[in-house]
Amino acid sequence: MWDYSDKVRDHYLNPRNVGEIENPDGYGETGNIKCGDALRLTFKLDENKKISDIKFKTFGCGSAIASSSILTEMCKGMTIEEAAKITNDDIAGELEGLPDAKMHCSVMGQEALELAIAFYQNGGKTVEKEVKSPVICHCFNITEDDIDKAVRQNGLTTIEQVINYTKAGGGCGACIQDIETLVNKINAEIDAHNHDHHDHGHEESAPKRELTTLEKIDLIRKVLNEDIRPALQRDHGDCDLVDVDGNKVKIRFMGACSSCSFSSSTQNDFIGKTLQEKVSADLVVELM
Amino acid sequence: MSVIYLDNNATTKVDPAVVEVMMPFFTEQYGNPSSIHRFGGMVSRDVEKARASVAKLLNCKSSEIYFTGCGTESNNMALIGFADMRGRNVTKIVTTAVEHPAILETVAYLDKKGAHSTVIGVDGDGSIDVDKLVENVDANTIVSVMWANNETGVIFPIEEIAKKVKAKGGVMHTDAVQAAGKVVIDLQQVPVDMLSISGHKLHAPKGIGVLFVREGVKLEQFMHGGHQERNRRAGTENVPYIIGLGKACELAIDNLEHENKVLRAMRDRLQAGLLATCKGAVVNGGNELRLPNTLNISFEYIEGEAILLFLDESGIAASSGSACTTGSLEPSHVMRAMGLSYVLAHSSIRFSFSRFSSESEVDKVLEVLPAIIARLRKISPFVEGDD
Repeated sequence: MWDYSDKVRDHYLNPRNVGEIENPDGYGETGNIKCGDALRLTFKLDENKKISDIKFKTFGCGSAIASSSILTEMCKGMTIEEAAKITNDDIAGELEGLPDAKMHCSVMGQEALELAIAFYQNGGKTVEKEVKSPVICHCFNITEDDIDKAVRQNGLTTIEQVINYTKAGGGCGACIQDIETLVNKINAEIDAHNHDHHDHGHEESAPKRELTTLEKIDLIRKVLNEDIRPALQRDHGDCDLVDVDGNKVKIRFMGACSSCSFSSSTQNDFIGKTLQEKVSADLVVELM
Repeated sequence: MSVIYLDNNATTKVDPAVVEVMMPFFTEQYGNPSSIHRFGGMVSRDVEKARASVAKLLNCKSSEIYFTGCGTESNNMALIGFADMRGRNVTKIVTTAVEHPAILETVAYLDKKGAHSTVIGVDGDGSIDVDKLVENVDANTIVSVMWANNETGVIFPIEEIAKKVKAKGGVMHTDAVQAAGKVVIDLQQVPVDMLSISGHKLHAPKGIGVLFVREGVKLEQFMHGGHQERNRRAGTENVPYIIGLGKACELAIDNLEHENKVLRAMRDRLQAGLLATCKGAVVNGGNELRLPNTLNISFEYIEGEAILLFLDESGIAASSGSACTTGSLEPSHVMRAMGLSYVLAHSSIRFSFSRFSSESEVDKVLEVLPAIIARLRKISPFVEGDD
């Protein structure tokens, strides 16, 4: 038995907004009987171009019904622009979570909504789900673009996650190898992009700006409290910041450290290095 | 919460009489049957009595009964034991597409290890073409066909198959996990070489199984260790569970004929009631040769898990072959092998009765299910217009 949240249970037992609007402004249909779930979403806009009425019909399990039902509640009162920002993660979040293996139900909700919005933007004509990218999973008709989108939007890294979110690979399994290659490629791209971005940002900003005295003291305090003192306290010692004078950091040892003959090596090796690394390379520690 | 438990092909309630006979073997008679002292020896006698009860249910010799850990182990022991005796590379295995994973996965494993397997499909009723099944059987072939299917209850003509396999010199195994205790199994009449049963499907606990191995059939040892079970299944006997299974078999012998009639009547009433009141209802594998306790029924255009969740709200426990409940994304392999459309495969529901089922439980299902179906049809995008 799935561990469904109370909210999911409430929404499949008492689905809101069931039905179909005649002459809708938005119409989206996704999934099919073979896949085991399908959703038809229709909505109407009011004079302020806000979604005033929205209805659904779903073939699917409890979480598919609940995802569709909550989606209609989320959309009501939204403008097209606002509704277009709803992601599968928002749907799952609104339901107080979905079991991992059921995430594809929320993806189906997002997809139907996108199609319904596209229908509206296309002047009331159905926009066929473009199959410009190759179909990877033939059991469920999932394209490379579908997988790409789910991976990027949800930060997926494993085959299991891709199956949970898109169903791709969850049928005969013949495409698992292809999906693995694809996921690795996408994630390599994401990594490379992040890396580039990082380097890029680095180049643009001026070489690290000199800290003001106040900023330096604050940072030294922070490093002492978060990195240095906890380590000393583990050996029943401690230390305290007495003063900062230019690049000199004046420290007083307490507890076990104060009587320890190795205080000076502790000071040089550990405190000094940590502060130099995390605050400024020219810092010198002075023992009081 | 009181539950209307109609999922007895998944597992059954342990009969209170079974629990009762088991208890002393946890608390007082805890000796090891292999021990030389009388304390262990006494237990050994009780284990042999239980073995005799199992043999009586199957109408075979006690010496042909081997206790195992579960039905899955029995199936592994039969197939792997045979393949290792013949040599995996020369072993041929013939089975059906609707077997339990305990067979299909073991066959796939042996195939990977060099054996040669053939999987025969079934028709829309879930029946097999026996001549095709035995076509290429020879002395290196083991044929494994289930006595009855767990999802549909369809009973296979094991006697006919076994005779044909034997005539060609092959070895015949049957997974009788769903049949034992529900229909008569007479191993004097039916010449299978090996047969698997599982305790928890006939009101004994989970964790005990049996492999019947006919006298003279050679198997390589599967579990290695001590001399238990006449060197065929090493490991200290699970005494309390063996005792429990013995009692469960006695109860099955006593009740089988009566239960058969009662459960068949309940099942038939439920089937007729649902067909009459639920739109788009279709029975799967509903021919005459069917376990008396099983009903597999699809409800067009609605999804099985949703039906189960609504039934669960009314305290009714059943199961489904829909993708959402199989743990994979594909509907049941049995439904697909029978060539059911995806619409029907995703919407299949199985009700399975036991001696603890009652007519009032049938009434309750007939009271709530038609409304659930009507409600879910209203939500379904595939139902056009109003019902």
